[in-house]
Amino acid sequence: MSLLEETNAELGAPDVLVTPQPLGVGVPSGPPARPRSRGRLIWRRLTQTSRFWVGAIVIGLILAWALLGPLFYPFDAFGRDPLNMGLGPTQLHWFGTNSIGQDLYAQTLVGLQKSLVIGLIAGPLGTLIAAVVGSVAGYMGGVVDRVLVWCINLLLVLPSFILLVILSPLFKGLSWVFLTIFIAGFSWMIMAQVVRSQTKSLRDRDFVKAARYMGVPMPKILGRHIIPNVASLLIIDATLGVVAAILAETSLSYFGFGIRAPDVSLGTLLAEGTSAAVTRPWLFVFPAGALIVTLFAVSLIGDALRDAVDPTSGVNRD
Amino acid sequence: MVLYIFKRFINYFFLSMIATCLAYVVSSLALDPAAKYYGRNPQPTQQTIDNILNGLGVNPDVPVLQRLWEWLVNIVAHGSLGNGVNGVSIVDQIISRAGVSLRLLLIGSLIGAIVGVTLGVWGAVRQYKLSDQVVTYGSYLIFATPTFVIGVLLMIGATVLNGAAGMQLITFTGEYSAGLTGSWWDLALDRGIHLLLPTIALALIGAAGYSRYQRSVMLDVLSADFIRTARAKGRSRNSALVRHGVRVALIPMSTFFAYSFGTLVSGSIMLEIVFSFHGMGEFALNAISQSDINAVAGTTLFVAILILFSSTLSEVLYAALDPRVRN
Repeated sequence: MSLLEETNAELGAPDVLVTPQPLGVGVPSGPPARPRSRGRLIWRRLTQTSRFWVGAIVIGLILAWALLGPLFYPFDAFGRDPLNMGLGPTQLHWFGTNSIGQDLYAQTLVGLQKSLVIGLIAGPLGTLIAAVVGSVAGYMGGVVDRVLVWCINLLLVLPSFILLVILSPLFKGLSWVFLTIFIAGFSWMIMAQVVRSQTKSLRDRDFVKAARYMGVPMPKILGRHIIPNVASLLIIDATLGVVAAILAETSLSYFGFGIRAPDVSLGTLLAEGTSAAVTRPWLFVFPAGALIVTLFAVSLIGDALRDAVDPTSGVNRD
Repeated sequence: MVLYIFKRFINYFFLSMIATCLAYVVSSLALDPAAKYYGRNPQPTQQTIDNILNGLGVNPDVPVLQRLWEWLVNIVAHGSLGNGVNGVSIVDQIISRAGVSLRLLLIGSLIGAIVGVTLGVWGAVRQYKLSDQVVTYGSYLIFATPTFVIGVLLMIGATVLNGAAGMQLITFTGEYSAGLTGSWWDLALDRGIHLLLPTIALALIGAAGYSRYQRSVMLDVLSADFIRTARAKGRSRNSALVRHGVRVALIPMSTFFAYSFGTLVSGSIMLEIVFSFHGMGEFALNAISQSDINAVAGTTLFVAILILFSSTLSEVLYAALDPRVRN
């Protein structure tokens, strides 16, 4: 068994559902009995699960908090309050202050913004790379396929965290945008394998063959016929990719390889808070809590999506 | 079967060697070992710097492919990975540290795998019951928590516990208590206690992933016809579940072990740093901050060999479980 079938089983990949193409010939006139679209079906299943709503509402609140929170708070992230240094949570400083009097609530908000932005860009970007590489490899087959699969396997040999650490001197002096791109650049391989195996089965389907024989160019076939049929998998991957990207960013920043001063992310805040985690726990617990709640909410959405896309995985037990 | 495993081993061998070579090239391009000598006061002469860099085989003026070639020749001919910037042989440094890392990695991932598989089977059999829900949400919570946060939270917990007990129940900084003397048994116990928290952290990460995967595979197996057949021919429910269910569900798991091993390696590297172990994690961290190309290359080789062995092992497990592969 190859690794591909593996990942398929892991993601609970469904048999790809193909909407029948209207042929125009032999179709009775009058309003056609349109089958319920797959997208709407998934959406209906999704909105019936409580996990999805819990995750969506929590993540909505977190986004609103990160964006609007600073507007309703008197302190900024970098100013110092010399009268209240190293203080625990008070009515004035909600999350307390660090040893040089910077307000932790304001810092947590700024860090949360940065981590969210990186996650929301890097996750979907990784999925985009996976979709392009996977569909091209699966559709073209032959040498291209073999080379791409070989590259994927090569990238999977070493853990991506270690590769990112080795590469970190390259984006040391650059802005966080490059860190984001690097994270995305090392998080697409497994999904690309899934897309590839789905594409291989799709390319022999009649509607793809028809498009090919009509002379539709390859990029258009991929964009119009292949990608839409794996879209549900891609949406799940993009959602869970946000979690993975934020985890990668915070871990790299925590060990000093990611976001660097003067930028602040949840990872750098946690790195500063660790040494005092036992004596002044608020320095660690509040940023860690914000991070965990955010990631937990996103994974709940991802999990609900997965169940909505593939409701048959394991429920047909008597 | 031997031929099959041998073929897979050769495949992984080439992949990991090429990955190591690529890592060597990338780290040579990303790191600048000369910079720290230019920053010294008084600045050494260009001649001295060149001599040092040439001695280490990391002079950026020599083409990187030539250096890679020399590095490889050195491995094959002398079994040497060159010297670090501190002048000590990389092989010696890795040998003195590898034990610390392997201890944590092997014990942690083994416990994680056993606990994860058990919880996964249990969750699948008791699907949607309270215990299943608790395990499911628990594993999501662990997924949502970065490795280092798990480590630090365990430290805070241990400190609270020590405070409550009024004595040093759990010690957790470093891999042993400095200056402790006593019998072999005392020293081993001391190391064991130091190993406790990082092992728990690593096992939690492993168990979270394995239990989710084992649960979904097990659910697929449970709805398969052969389970019903086994029940129909008179096997008890438990016997059908274990003999026919778990065994089949472990087949895809064996590949997942190999896949997830990389995550555990990076997880254990992070935990080593968090718990101030003098292992490969600290080695890699120092190597990057000191722009030590040979040390970085040595670390990646170490990791690649670990991955190579774990992949081969999972193939052996796969072949042992799935009779179709053996023929």
